[in-house]
Amino acid sequence: MINMNEVFETNKMIEQENLDVRTITMGISLLDCADNNLDTTCKKIYDKITTLAKDLVKTGENISKEFGIPIVNKRISITPISLVGGACCKIPGDYVQIAKTLDKAAKTVGVNFIGGYSAVVSKGMTRSDELLIRSIPMALACTERICSSVNVGSTKTGINMDAVRLMGDIIKETAEQTKDCDSLGCAKLVVLCNAPDDNPFMAGAFHGVSEADAIINVGVSGPGVVKHALEQMDINARSNDGKNGSDATFEVLCETIKKTAFKITRVGQLVAQEASARLGVPFGIIDLSLAPTPAIGDSVADILKCIGVEHPGAPGTTAALALLNDQVKKGGVMASSYVGGLSGAFIPVSEDQGMIDAVEAGALTIEKLEAMTCVCSVGLDMIAIPGDTPATTIAGIIADESAIGMVNQKTTAVRIIPVVGKTLGDTVEFGGLLGYAPIMPVNTFASTRFVNRTGRIPAPIHSFKN
Amino acid sequence: MTRAIITVVGKDTVGIIAKVCTYLADNQINILDISQTIVQDFFNMMMIVDMKKSVKPFDTISEELSKIGVEIGVQVKCQLEDIFDKMHRI
Repeated sequence: MINMNEVFETNKMIEQENLDVRTITMGISLLDCADNNLDTTCKKIYDKITTLAKDLVKTGENISKEFGIPIVNKRISITPISLVGGACCKIPGDYVQIAKTLDKAAKTVGVNFIGGYSAVVSKGMTRSDELLIRSIPMALACTERICSSVNVGSTKTGINMDAVRLMGDIIKETAEQTKDCDSLGCAKLVVLCNAPDDNPFMAGAFHGVSEADAIINVGVSGPGVVKHALEQMDINARSNDGKNGSDATFEVLCETIKKTAFKITRVGQLVAQEASARLGVPFGIIDLSLAPTPAIGDSVADILKCIGVEHPGAPGTTAALALLNDQVKKGGVMASSYVGGLSGAFIPVSEDQGMIDAVEAGALTIEKLEAMTCVCSVGLDMIAIPGDTPATTIAGIIADESAIGMVNQKTTAVRIIPVVGKTLGDTVEFGGLLGYAPIMPVNTFASTRFVNRTGRIPAPIHSFKN
Repeated sequence: MTRAIITVVGKDTVGIIAKVCTYLADNQINILDISQTIVQDFFNMMMIVDMKKSVKPFDTISEELSKIGVEIGVQVKCQLEDIFDKMHRI
């Protein structure tokens, strides 16, 4: 039988250490909504979403009340829209009409984001893919709850550099069209390499073609819980070591992270199974991610500091992050029947107070963040850069990040915001879970000739690993 | 059986257990186990209860218990047992 210490430990995690389930995301296939008439397509999309997800928010709230665990977001991911709108969209404006329909459906069912205004163009772009991509700036400017993503490369196909170059322009255009609210549109647009089909986290969530008609995916979180466990671990280690007051060994450190990740993930598994049973929709995966928020104590950067670097960015950061990411997976995998999505520690800048502090202290640069993305999910995330950064430089950053994903067989992503009218020394406020960020410097040497070459980078060799 | 865990945390005062237990009895909720400690004037109690015959739905019970807590100056939470079981048992 459960004892008092265990009960109070769980409740302390929830009340004092920000333990929560970050998102219940319902994946919905819209492939059967495709029609050669635009209005019919929109109607089918609206009807399908509002029927399948009508109880999603209420169910999430009920589970939250009954188990006493906050469930922060209820969201929807859908089939990449370029696959659904191909037959009926002739101009980018047609796709914008679908975006407005999706936004309306999201508001009707009460979810805060709907992800999947997407195209998967890792090898080549169809006409429909390109129309969708060109519609992104307008779609994000005239909707509230749409998240967009474009997959530009994969380990199997290489990198589609034509799409990378186009995305440099699209990010700049999105920033321009949403300049009245600090280029917020770019915070809802992510460029991916090796995008998973079952990711529940925004902005990169979409419901891939390998998925069932509808599915429940859950993203767990809990950096505050890990941080607290590590603090306690070192206090215990120092008090047990009478001689020199050393911190805990790597062995103890790793064990502590694993055990904590197990506990966090079990809560996610419970919530996922309950949501699946109550909604009558199959359970897909748990995404084992440490996702920070701007709230104090809910920070991945703070965990890195607990492990022993003064600020994220200091030498040792990449190794500490690799260790953290791996132990979270090792602990989490046993706690869940199916694991998928991005599964790793997120290192967004604006959404993590510790990362913001590190940037302001001069400890963390984009180049170091890029190195960190080699060992954890997911990529250069929520980074504000000067508004006058050229599109070709942004494309260069996307190409670099995609190359890391392609070669290392992992998901990588770029979500950067060239904030119109802002430059070094300014800060930008996105609000809510998106937080605020200081503008970070970007290398000013040109990548124009590289980016302007057409075609694609071939897939890497899969042998001779060194 | 629908098992739930009720936790009460707060400054010790007269009649905490009485108030909570009376409410549970009035609503046909059976108490299976109680543990309680006082650390530095702080009252910590955990009850395991069976809510199968409860006359009210779970969320009403949970809200009303929380209100009773506010009246006597303590925090009362009611949660389904599964969350603790899943987290602490393999």
